[in-house]
Amino acid sequence: MKIIVGVKRVLDYNVKARVKADKSGIELQNVKMSMNPFDEIAVEEALRIKEAGHAEEVVVVSIGPTASQETIRTGLAMGADRGILIETEELLQPLAIAKLFKHVIDKESPGLVILGKQAIDGDNNQTGQMLSALTGMRQATFASKMEFEGSDVLKVTREVDAGLESIRVSLPAVVTTDLRLNEPRYAKLPNIMKAKKKPLEIIPVADTGVDVTSKLSVVEVNEPPTREAGVIVSSVTELVDKLRNEAKVI
Amino acid sequence: MNTLILAEHEDGELRAATLSVVACARQLAEHSAGEVHLLVAASDAEGLAAKAAALPGVDKVLVATDAAYEHELAENLAALVVKHADDYEHILFAETASGKNVMPRVAALLDVSGVSGIIEVKSADTYVRPIYAGNALATVRSEDAVKVITVRPTAFDAVASAGGSAAVDSVDAADIDAGVSFVGQELSDSDRPELTSADIVVSGGRGMQNGDNFSMLDEIAGKLGAAVGASRAAVDAGFVPNEYQVGQTGKVVAPNLYLAVGISGAIQHLAGMKDSKVIVAINKDEEAPIFQVADYGLVADLFDALPELSTALEAG
Ligand SMILES: Cc1cc2nc3c(=O)[nH]c(=O)nc-3n(C[C@H](O)[C@H](O)[C@H](O)COP(=O)(O)OP(=O)(O)OC[C@H]3O[C@@H](n4cnc5c(N)ncnc54)[C@H](O)[C@@H]3O)c2cc1C
Ligand SMILES: Nc1ncnc2c1ncn2[C@@H]1O[C@H](COP(=O)(O)O)[C@@H](O)[C@H]1O
Repeated sequence: MKIIVGVKRVLDYNVKARVKADKSGIELQNVKMSMNPFDEIAVEEALRIKEAGHAEEVVVVSIGPTASQETIRTGLAMGADRGILIETEELLQPLAIAKLFKHVIDKESPGLVILGKQAIDGDNNQTGQMLSALTGMRQATFASKMEFEGSDVLKVTREVDAGLESIRVSLPAVVTTDLRLNEPRYAKLPNIMKAKKKPLEIIPVADTGVDVTSKLSVVEVNEPPTREAGVIVSSVTELVDKLRNEAKVI
Repeated sequence: MNTLILAEHEDGELRAATLSVVACARQLAEHSAGEVHLLVAASDAEGLAAKAAALPGVDKVLVATDAAYEHELAENLAALVVKHADDYEHILFAETASGKNVMPRVAALLDVSGVSGIIEVKSADTYVRPIYAGNALATVRSEDAVKVITVRPTAFDAVASAGGSAAVDSVDAADIDAGVSFVGQELSDSDRPELTSADIVVSGGRGMQNGDNFSMLDEIAGKLGAAVGASRAAVDAGFVPNEYQVGQTGKVVAPNLYLAVGISGAIQHLAGMKDSKVIVAINKDEEAPIFQVADYGLVADLFDALPELSTALEAG
C-alpha cells in the first residue's frame, strides 16, 4: 500500500502573524516558515504505519510556491520516500487544494491519505473532508489513534467535542490528524543529507488541468480589536472583591 | 432565498450551538428575505422535531429518520444535506467537531467553497472569520450560488428554546454508506456545564503539575457553577482529557468570566478564550503573556492562591 501525506508550508507557529499595511493579507516576507504542525504528525504516522509493515511507500505532497520544496525535503528527511510539488504562486482555497490532491490520487492510487486536521494559517479545517467527498474515499477526521484491522479496514479513534469516538472505515480512506496522534520525530543530519537525493517531482499547476479558480475572495484582512490593559491585584481577597463588586461576574 | 441549518443534538436535546446558528441564520434571512429551515436527522426524531419547531425564528423543520443517524457519520449526514440542498442560498453548520466534519463534504459535493467559522455577517454574501489563530480577521465574499458555512457559536447570541411554532415536514433519508461504521465512544460524564456554553470557565495549564491537582479547579468550578477547561500542554501531559482543550485547535469559549490558572498565554490558547467578557489570570511569572489580555491578574503561586480562592468563595 502507498500512503500520500499532505505537507503545507505555513508561517511558523511561534511567529506572530502581522497584517499587511494594505490589508491584503499577512506579511510572509522574511519570516520563518515551517511545515504545518498537523502535517508533521501526519508524516510521522505514515512512517510508523510503513515501519509496522502496513505500507511500502510514503509520498509527501505539497501545493504552493517553489519554496515549498523545503517543506517536502523536511518530510523526506523524516523518512518519506519521495515528494511531489504542485507549483503555484497563488494562495488557493481548500476546494482547489482538494481537487489538486484528487488529481494526484487518481494517478497514484494510494490506500491511505493522511492530512492535517487544519492548516494553522487559514484555520480552515476543510481539505481532508473535501478530498474524501470528491474521491469517494472514506473519511476519518481528528484522529488520535489509528489501528489496522486486517489489510483494508482501519479503526480510528477521533477527538470529538464530548470526548473520544471510534469509527471503522474501509480503505482507501482519508484520515486527518489531531494533536495527540503521535509525537513527530526530528530529522537527523545524515537523513537530511540523504533527503537531498530522494526524488521530488515538480508539476506546474497549469499542467494538472484542474480548475483552481474560486468564487470565494478575501475583501480585506484586519487586525483584531485589542483588549484594554487590566489591573494587577495584590491578593485573592482583592480579586474576589473586584469580581463581585466591580465586574459583577460572580 | 432560504437558509438551511443542519441541527445538532444529543440525548434527545438540541445542542446549544445550534441555537446560535439559528441566530446567525436570522441575520442572513434579513439580508436575503428568506426563511430559515432546520434539518433534523435522527434515529428517533419525534421529540426533537417538536423542540426544533419551538425555536423562535425557525420557519420550517425538516425531519429525516434513519437508524444510521444515531451517530453523526459525515458521509451519511453530508449525503442527506446534499439531497435536500436545492433552492437554498445558505447552508449552515455549527463550528463544532461534528459541523466541521460534515460542512466541507457538503461544499465539495456541491462544488462550492466552504466558509469556516464565521463570526460576523456583513451582508448575504460577505462574512468575517478569524485566521492565523485569531491574529487577523478576514472579510470574505462568496459568489457561489450556495454558501456553505460553519458558524462560530460564541459569536452569535443563542435564540430562546421556546416561543416559535414552525411547521414540521418529514423528508427522505439519503443512501447510507456501508463503508463506514460507528464503533464506540468514551465520553466524559461530568455534571458540570458544557464548556462552550458555560457562563464561567476555570482553566488549568501545565502549571497545575498533574491531573490530581485539577481537583482544586473542580472545587472552585463547583462553587461557581463553572465548566473546567485546559491548555494543550495540560491535555498533552495527560492531566485532563482532550475535550478540555481551549484554543485555536481546541474549543472556542467566550464566557462572562474566564479564569486561567498556570497558563502562560500562548497565542494558540488566546485564540480560544480572548473574547471572554472578563479574564482573570493567576500565574507566578509576572511576565507571562496571559497578563496582557487579563482584566485582573494575580501574580502568585497557584498552590497558595487556589485554596485561598476556594475559601473566599465560600465566605459568600
Ligand atoms: C499546532 C498547534 C496547535 C496548538 N493548539 C493549542 C490549543 O488549541 N490550545 C492551547 O492551549 N495550546 C495550543 N497549542 C500549544 C501552545 O503553543 C502552548 O504550548 C500551550 O498553550 C502552553 O500551555 P501552558 O500555558 O499550560 O504551558 P506553559 O506555556 O508551560 O505555561 C505554564 C505556565 O504556568 C505557570 N506556572 C507554573 N507553575 C506555577 C505555579 N505553581 N503557580 C502559578 N503559575 C505557575 C508558568 O509561569 C507558566 O506561565 C498549540 C500548539 C501548536 C503547535
Ligand atoms: N497547499 C497545501 N499543500 C499541501 N497540503 C495541504 C495544503 N493545504 C492544505 N493541505 C493539507 O490539508 C490539511 C488541512 O488544511 P486546511 O483545510 O487548509 O485547514 C493540512 O493540514 C494539509 O495536510
